[in-house]
Amino acid sequence: MSTVAAERATKKAAKPATMAQALGRALRDSLAEDPAVHVLGEDVGALGGVFRVTDGLTKEFGEDRCTDTPLAEAGILGTAVGMAMYGLRPVVEMQFDAFAYPAFEQLISHVARMRNRTRGAMPMPITVRVPYGGGIGGVEHHSDSSEAYYMATPGLHVVTPATVADAYGLLRASIASDDPVVFLEPKRLYWSKADWNPDAPQAVEPIGKAVVRRTGRSATLLTYGPSVPVCMEAAEAAVAEGWDLEVVDLRSLVPFDDETVAASVRRTGRAVVVHESGGFGGPGGEIAARVTERCFHHLEAPVLRVAGFDIPYPPPMLERHHLPGVDRILDAVARLQWEADN
Amino acid sequence: MTVMEQRGVYRPTPPPAWQLRTDPAPLLPDAEPYRVLGTEAAGKADEELLGRLYAQLVRGRRYNTQATALTKQGRLAVYPSSTGQEACEVAAALVLEERDWLFPSYRDTLAAVARGLDPVQALTLLRGDWHTGYDPREYRIAPLCTPLATQLPHAVGLAHAARLKGDDVVALAMVGDGGTSEGDFHEALNFAAVWQAPVVFLVQNNGFAISVPLDKQTAAPSLAHKAVGYGMPGRLVDGNDAAAVHEVLSEAVSRAREGGGPTLVEAVTYRMEAHTNADDATRYRGDAEVEAWRAHDPIVLLERELTERGLLDEDRMRAARDDAEAMAADLRGRMNQDPDLDPMDLFRHVYAEQTTQLREQAAQLRAELEASNEEHTDGTDGTDGEENAR
Repeated sequence: MSTVAAERATKKAAKPATMAQALGRALRDSLAEDPAVHVLGEDVGALGGVFRVTDGLTKEFGEDRCTDTPLAEAGILGTAVGMAMYGLRPVVEMQFDAFAYPAFEQLISHVARMRNRTRGAMPMPITVRVPYGGGIGGVEHHSDSSEAYYMATPGLHVVTPATVADAYGLLRASIASDDPVVFLEPKRLYWSKADWNPDAPQAVEPIGKAVVRRTGRSATLLTYGPSVPVCMEAAEAAVAEGWDLEVVDLRSLVPFDDETVAASVRRTGRAVVVHESGGFGGPGGEIAARVTERCFHHLEAPVLRVAGFDIPYPPPMLERHHLPGVDRILDAVARLQWEADN
Repeated sequence: MTVMEQRGVYRPTPPPAWQLRTDPAPLLPDAEPYRVLGTEAAGKADEELLGRLYAQLVRGRRYNTQATALTKQGRLAVYPSSTGQEACEVAAALVLEERDWLFPSYRDTLAAVARGLDPVQALTLLRGDWHTGYDPREYRIAPLCTPLATQLPHAVGLAHAARLKGDDVVALAMVGDGGTSEGDFHEALNFAAVWQAPVVFLVQNNGFAISVPLDKQTAAPSLAHKAVGYGMPGRLVDGNDAAAVHEVLSEAVSRAREGGGPTLVEAVTYRMEAHTNADDATRYRGDAEVEAWRAHDPIVLLERELTERGLLDEDRMRAARDDAEAMAADLRGRMNQDPDLDPMDLFRHVYAEQTTQLREQAAQLRAELEASNEEHTDGTDGTDGEENAR
């Protein structure tokens, strides 16, 4: 089949799929291809996960490959460490962002540094799936953005998809990685849809590469995960103001793609980092510092941050005031112009 | 004798029968720790095994005293001695087959050495030249674990994985009395019982978690009693009786290997030295208590048994001591050499493939090292003052 014909066939077969479906397909394909892959977590079996990402996996692969565990996050991740020590590739589900905290000691003291402790003799090919972030009306402890904690831990990769295709590709790459990956799943994008063909071979994106989602000349929006669609919307709205915004989807927070980010900011001369986790001590501070170090002489204005407020995640009826939206992003872009003019 | 004091017997009020998955009675430990030495059971003990245990105990004691001496010479940053607990350490190592795995805590260096690990490699963590000085897969010994009880779920996961692969591998995980209060202890035991994983948990109850005595650690009748709540057998054993610890652990290992699931073994023993060389044990316990335990020393107990049965004479005792002394001399000699360290190792084992960020930092360190070498070649002999002082 010629490339054009293959492309046409792919397009023809493409149909709306949700991010949750793409993630489930990535798990399914990984389980089918590699007998070392095991999925474990609370409710991942008969229920298919509370977000249905693991739907049907136990039925297809059996309870030994997709296992309902006791309700204990440290135990889930701790046993995964032992499984990895014996040559398996566990994929664990943490159900909700704030539920992962009991597993922090296992993650930080063992998962992240086992390779280092053993001089490379004992890698930890574990994928930790963490649904994260707000915007779904979740009650307390169901909407945290915990990426800064993971980013601060050497030895972990931290990735987060923003599109249906990336959800599949990044998860496949994470499971294939010989290092531990914290795979942050933006909860409010689980039901986002895109035309995507589950039957065609999917390109597996390498971990560590950012992507320019929209090119522009006025300023760069640096963002990831749940804030990517918000930034895309802001960029469209900015056209009316006469601004042509570039949107960079970081995809991988660790390792960080300095190249793509610096190249974009050098082109535009202005940058705003957008994420919904708190700004103080948050990912934006690190990103802004990196950009400043690399692009200082190209910058027309300080690198600004549009982040969630520095508050415990608010109750659902107030979360719309907390989450960075289009207006807040455009206000920041306006301040970039002001900084440049004065 | 605080830790040996008789505690109340656990008498559960039975729920309706349909709620009971098993009769808890067979899971409960005996009220008294199981003993072999000095009892009728000793007559049935394997003589060759007793001889091996004796040689290993003598070796183990010498290893402990040598390692403690190395801390005084500044060759070890710290050493948590297992003097007084050698019976547990040695028995844990000897009950395992080569294919089995040992999950030691930071105090269990001796168990790793008794399993065959090079004593110098076993001390890497405590010397401070790296975190784990050996390939865990080569010896089937997990890295010495400093956080408390976090190695227990690893043992469960590994044993579970082995069973999924069809291997009859058993994992033996060691933890102290303080570690049983940690959440990971609970989660590991619960997972192991639910999965019927081939794991043996060995709690060395040595009386103190640094300074906190057992009665401030738990209100349970014994630590072995905790097993029944998970649905696994709990066994209480005299941790200074090498033959008894070996027998109880052997039974547990066999049951695990045959698909019978996990066991929790509490070995009641005593830490004769302080928690580490940095601790002052006189602040929390009296001499009388320590002396009482000295009379119950694991080597003394086994020596008495072997001598009474005519299995040990002066020649054999000397042979054991000579063997231990040779091990100590070799350890001392090699530990007194400065380890060969490469600062660039700092970046080598963080990820399978270095990130751009780490490559940049590695380049920075390399430049610093090169600049410092140039300084030395310009003016000095290339060694620093500290090295010359040694």
